[in-house]
Amino acid sequence: MSTLLTVSRVSKAFGGLQALSDISLSVNTSEIFGLIGPNGAGKTTLFNALTGLYSTDSGEVLLHDKRLDNRPPHQVLKAGLARTFQNIRLFAEMTALENVLVGRHARTSSGVIGAVLRLPATRREEADSRERAHALLSRVGIAQHANRLAKNLPYGDQRRLEIARALATEPSLLALDEPAAGMNPAERSALRELLLQLQADGLTLLLIEHDVKLVMGLCTRLAVLDYGVKIAEGTPDVVSRDPKVIAAYLGDEAL
Amino acid sequence: MYGWLSVLDSSLLRSRWFSFGLLALGLALLPFLIDAGLGRSWVRLLDLALLYVMLALGLNIVVGYAGLLDLGYVAFYALGAYVYAWLASPHFGLHLPFWAILPLGAALAGMFGVLLGAPTLRLRGDYLAIVTLGFGEIIRIFMNNLNAPFNLTNGPQGINLIDPVRLGSTSLSQPLTVFGYTFSGVHLTYYLFLVLVMAVIFISMRLENSRIGRAWVAIREDEIAAAATGINTRNLKLLAFAMGATFGGLAGGLFASFQGFISPESFNLMESIMILCMIVLGGMGHIPGVIFGALLLTLLPEALRYTGEWQRSAFGQIYIDPADLRMLLFGVALVAVMLYRPAGLIPSARRRQEFADAKQ
Repeated sequence: MSTLLTVSRVSKAFGGLQALSDISLSVNTSEIFGLIGPNGAGKTTLFNALTGLYSTDSGEVLLHDKRLDNRPPHQVLKAGLARTFQNIRLFAEMTALENVLVGRHARTSSGVIGAVLRLPATRREEADSRERAHALLSRVGIAQHANRLAKNLPYGDQRRLEIARALATEPSLLALDEPAAGMNPAERSALRELLLQLQADGLTLLLIEHDVKLVMGLCTRLAVLDYGVKIAEGTPDVVSRDPKVIAAYLGDEAL
Repeated sequence: MYGWLSVLDSSLLRSRWFSFGLLALGLALLPFLIDAGLGRSWVRLLDLALLYVMLALGLNIVVGYAGLLDLGYVAFYALGAYVYAWLASPHFGLHLPFWAILPLGAALAGMFGVLLGAPTLRLRGDYLAIVTLGFGEIIRIFMNNLNAPFNLTNGPQGINLIDPVRLGSTSLSQPLTVFGYTFSGVHLTYYLFLVLVMAVIFISMRLENSRIGRAWVAIREDEIAAAATGINTRNLKLLAFAMGATFGGLAGGLFASFQGFISPESFNLMESIMILCMIVLGGMGHIPGVIFGALLLTLLPEALRYTGEWQRSAFGQIYIDPADLRMLLFGVALVAVMLYRPAGLIPSARRRQEFADAKQ
C-alpha cells in the first residue's frame, strides 16, 4: 500500500495559541482516514493548513511527493487535494450544475478569446465539462436538482452538491470536514454508502467527523487530535481503547 | 424522417433570423424616427446613451459578475478620453487615425485596470469601494493639475478641437451624402457606436456563459470556496478589472471624439455613481437589465427638462426648476426600485427567483 499524503511535523500558532503542534501523519492510497478529536482540537485548522487556506509555521505536507504547505489554495487543488467545508460553502446563487461546473475550472483551460469566439476547443471542453457535471450530480444522487439554485436545495443535498463539486476537480485525495453534520439518520446512511462507493472507485478520503459510530464503521485508520497535539493513531479498534483518547473525550476521571 | 427534421430546423432558423432582421431594421431606422419625432438633439443624446450602455456593461463585469464594488470606474473612461485627445488634437499636434488610438486607449485603460486592481486584491466590499473611489479621484485630480511643469492635460481648461472619427475621407462630424440622401454626423456616429455596443454586448454574453464568467460569479458568491475549488482568484479578479477598464477606455475614446472637447470636470465621482446606479437600477449582472438601466438614466433626465415648459404653459411660471426636479425624481425612483424591485427593473431569471424565494 503506497502513501499518498504525508504530513510531517506541521505546526501552526495563532498569536499565543498553539493550534497545531508537530502534527505528523500519513494517509495511504484508497483508504478512508479519519481525523477526530474534541471541539477545538485543531482538526479544521489542520484541514485549512493542508488545503492552503492557512500558512504553516513549520513542517511539511507532501502529496505524491509534491510540497503542498504554504501554497495558494488553487495550486493545492490542482495538485489533487480537494475539500468540503464544515459550514457548507456553496455558490448560493448559482445552480447546482453551475456549482459543479466551477469545480471543472482547474481541469480546463479555455480563456477569454476562446470564450468570446467560441472556438472549437472551447466548445469541446464545455460540452465535456457539462457531461461530467451531470454525471457527478447523478453520482451523488441529486440529478433532479441540476437547475435549481444551490441555496434552495435541502440541507443534505447541499452537502452532496459540495462533494460533487469537489469530485469535479478530479482529486486524488478528498478531504471532508464533517460531511454528516446536521444530517438525519437516513441521510447519514446514504452518505456512508456514497463514501464507501467513492473509496471502492479508488479515491482516498480524509474525514473529519464527530459521529463516532460513523467514523468507527467507515475509517480504515484514525488519528486523534487534542489541543493541537496528535494523541493517537491507528485502526478504530486500537484508537477507541487508547486511554489518552478516552481521557480526551470523557475527562481523566473516566479512567 | 431526417427530411422532416431539416425542414423544422430551417424554419426555426428562418424565424430566428427573421426576428433578428426586424430588430436590426428597427435599430437602423431608430435615429431617423427620433430625428423626425423629437429633433436632432435627441439623436445626439441617443449617441451618448450608447456610450453609457458601453460603460455600464464594462462596470457590470467588475461589479455585477465578479462582485467587486468599484467606485472609481470613471477613471478608465477618463484615461481612454485623454489618450484619444493626446493623439488626435492640436494639443500635441498629433493626428493619428481613430482605429489606431481607440484600441490603444482601451488597452492602456485595461493595463491601468490591472495596476489599480493589484493593490486592492485583499480588500472586499466597503473597503474596496473606498479605495477605488480614491483612485478615481486621483486620476481626475491628476488631469486637473498636469498642466505644469509640462502641459500634459491642459488642466481644468481641458483639451479642445479633438479630431472626430474619420473613416477614409468621411468625418463623422460632417454630413455624408449617399445616393442623394444626406446622413448627418450624429446619425453616422450612432451607427458606429451601435456596432461597438453590439460588440461589447456580444463579448459580455459570451463571457457570462463561460468558464471565466462562472469563475467570476463564484468569486462573488464565496471567495474562499472559489479558491478552494481551484480558481486563481487573484488572476481572475485582475482579469475582471482589466476587461471592465478596457470597455471604459473604449467608451472614453469615443466620447472624446464625439464631443471634440474634454476636461476633468466630465470625469467626476458623480459619473462613477451614475454608472453604478444604471447597473443597480436595471438589474445587476444581467445584460438586458444593464442596457435598460443605462438608457433610462441617460434619457429620462433629459425628458424631464420638458417639465419646465409644461409648468410655464400650465401655471404661467416655473415653480420647480427642471434641474431640481430631475434630481428629486431620480432619488424617488431609486428608492422605489430598491423597495419594490430590489433585483432591478429587469432582473435576471436567477435573481428574480432568489428574491421570490426570500419572500416565501
